[in-house]
Amino acid sequence: MADRSGIELVCPAGSLPALHAAVDNGADAVYLGFRDGLNARNFPGLNFSAADARSGIEYAHRRGARVFVALNVYPPPSRWAAATAAVDAAAEVGADALILADAGLLAYAAERHPGVSRHLSVQGSASNWQALQFYRERFAIRRAVLPRVLSVAQVERVIERSGLEIEVFGFGSLCIMVEGRCALSAHVTGESPNTHGVCSPAHAVRWVERPSGRQARLNGVLIDEFAPGEAAGYPTLCKGRFEALGSVMHALEEPTSLNVLDILPQLMAAGVSAIKVEGRQRSPAYVAQVTRALRAALDACRRDPASYRPPAVHAAALERLTEGRTHTLGAYSRPWQ
Amino acid sequence: MKLSVGPLLYYWERSDVFAFYRALAPAAVHSVYLGEVVCSKRRALKQADWAAIASELSAAGKEVIFSTLALMEAESELAALARIVSASVTIEANDMAAVQLAGGRPFVAGPHLNVYNGQTLRLLGALGARRWVAPLELDAPALAELLAERPDGMECEVFAYGRMPLAFSARCFSARVRRHNKDDCSFVCGEDRDGLTVYTREHEPLFALNGVQAQSAQVRNLIDRVSEFEAAGVQMLRLSPHSDAAVPFAQVIEAFAHAVRGERPVECPASALPGGYCSGPLLEARR
Repeated sequence: MADRSGIELVCPAGSLPALHAAVDNGADAVYLGFRDGLNARNFPGLNFSAADARSGIEYAHRRGARVFVALNVYPPPSRWAAATAAVDAAAEVGADALILADAGLLAYAAERHPGVSRHLSVQGSASNWQALQFYRERFAIRRAVLPRVLSVAQVERVIERSGLEIEVFGFGSLCIMVEGRCALSAHVTGESPNTHGVCSPAHAVRWVERPSGRQARLNGVLIDEFAPGEAAGYPTLCKGRFEALGSVMHALEEPTSLNVLDILPQLMAAGVSAIKVEGRQRSPAYVAQVTRALRAALDACRRDPASYRPPAVHAAALERLTEGRTHTLGAYSRPWQ
Repeated sequence: MKLSVGPLLYYWERSDVFAFYRALAPAAVHSVYLGEVVCSKRRALKQADWAAIASELSAAGKEVIFSTLALMEAESELAALARIVSASVTIEANDMAAVQLAGGRPFVAGPHLNVYNGQTLRLLGALGARRWVAPLELDAPALAELLAERPDGMECEVFAYGRMPLAFSARCFSARVRRHNKDDCSFVCGEDRDGLTVYTREHEPLFALNGVQAQSAQVRNLIDRVSEFEAAGVQMLRLSPHSDAAVPFAQVIEAFAHAVRGERPVECPASALPGGYCSGPLLEARR
């Protein structure tokens, strides 16, 4: 049974300054990836060298925070040696846990580095307790990050039946598909989260100015067109405006962010072990703001869940950081589905 | 090279489903995958109906395999899975829950299990997988790399014809675009016999919505590449069911059977679905 006394705050770091920002503002744990294209934020100029990771881990450990290393693409045969080398490197620099999706890589990590905790990545697509049993029995995973597809009641059920630490997404960009099972980006650009650690990659994005407005194209495909003065969002495929049944609409999802500030007591009551903040591609300033806000909210919720209200100043700060200035509870709320 | 008919991904009228499978009995396919992969709310056919279809197809000499749900969330879905597994049928596992429950019996590792390297493939082989369906996003060079690492006796099946299943969500898109709630969906996905085509604002067909599943608008058609896949060591090509409004499915099977026998010329009738054919990821079709 998970410890219900408090929820751990797990924050993203795409760089050493972002890691410092997370730790300094109250993260219980920070997650990062190496600069090797083997994690789900494979962006130019982002991520850690082994030396930076070591330095970041020392910084975090001195302040009582832990560091998880994400290695959550599915390596093809040609990248298998690089992937196992990255697992070895993560163990070598002192990572507190490895965040893995690939079953073969989980087996490797369990065999070679049994002392380093294994977390099943959200990319592992495990959305029920039987799937989690598979990973638990074979690779002795300690924790799993759930795909953003379950209602709060379903999250609670998974926690009861799995006996694992369960980490759920709390704030940031919203994947609306089961993570690890989305090839929309592969279809349009040839690159996906599973294979390349990217979704709708920046190199495939082209902005085209037209008298009618600004077009956002992905590998040439028109994802959206914004009228003059309209806020233009990044052309993520599932957030595009398309034509369906004769109407132009956000057929899959509007540009919006996930924010669980309003339901922290329910997540705590459900037995969630950790809340994850999305955004390793974000700036240190962003990481600092989000971490500070969620730290305050989690502390308030822990002190008195019954009378918890989202702290106004922090709720406002988070709202300014959301995509399209709107947020959603996503699948945690049945009506969203 | 053998042919298979993949699971019916759309929600058709019960009588249409029976008619579709009855027509398959004399068809030149080795294997037929039955069952619901997309949405557990679709219950036009009961387990007994599927069993009846299975026995008819078995009697006609087909290998019958039950495909399991790809996105499993509810206890009721796990219970239904347990019933399928305990019915002593071979399953296509589309979630690790199915691998867990299949417990060492022979199974097919479905396209949604994320097998991208030899280590994972061998691991599943040791657990009973005797065939594996390559992930849809693997291109031919990546597949060749993986085929070189597969364990002895592991067959490889490739999705060769049909709108490609690209993603699954908790959200029902067929309901959303009609302003319905998933909990009150009225089974509107049944109105789209081949999925609902979504176009860009330049009217380029992009996706097809099928309940909680997003597909490609384009129909993947690898008929020109049958010999290439055979040479690479692929043993089975999957034809994904669609309605006869798109193109008579029997003609697609015939064309592929023709291609598999090495007969020339190889021709597949044009599809009436918006988006036409592509030979792999959209990128290849566009550039």
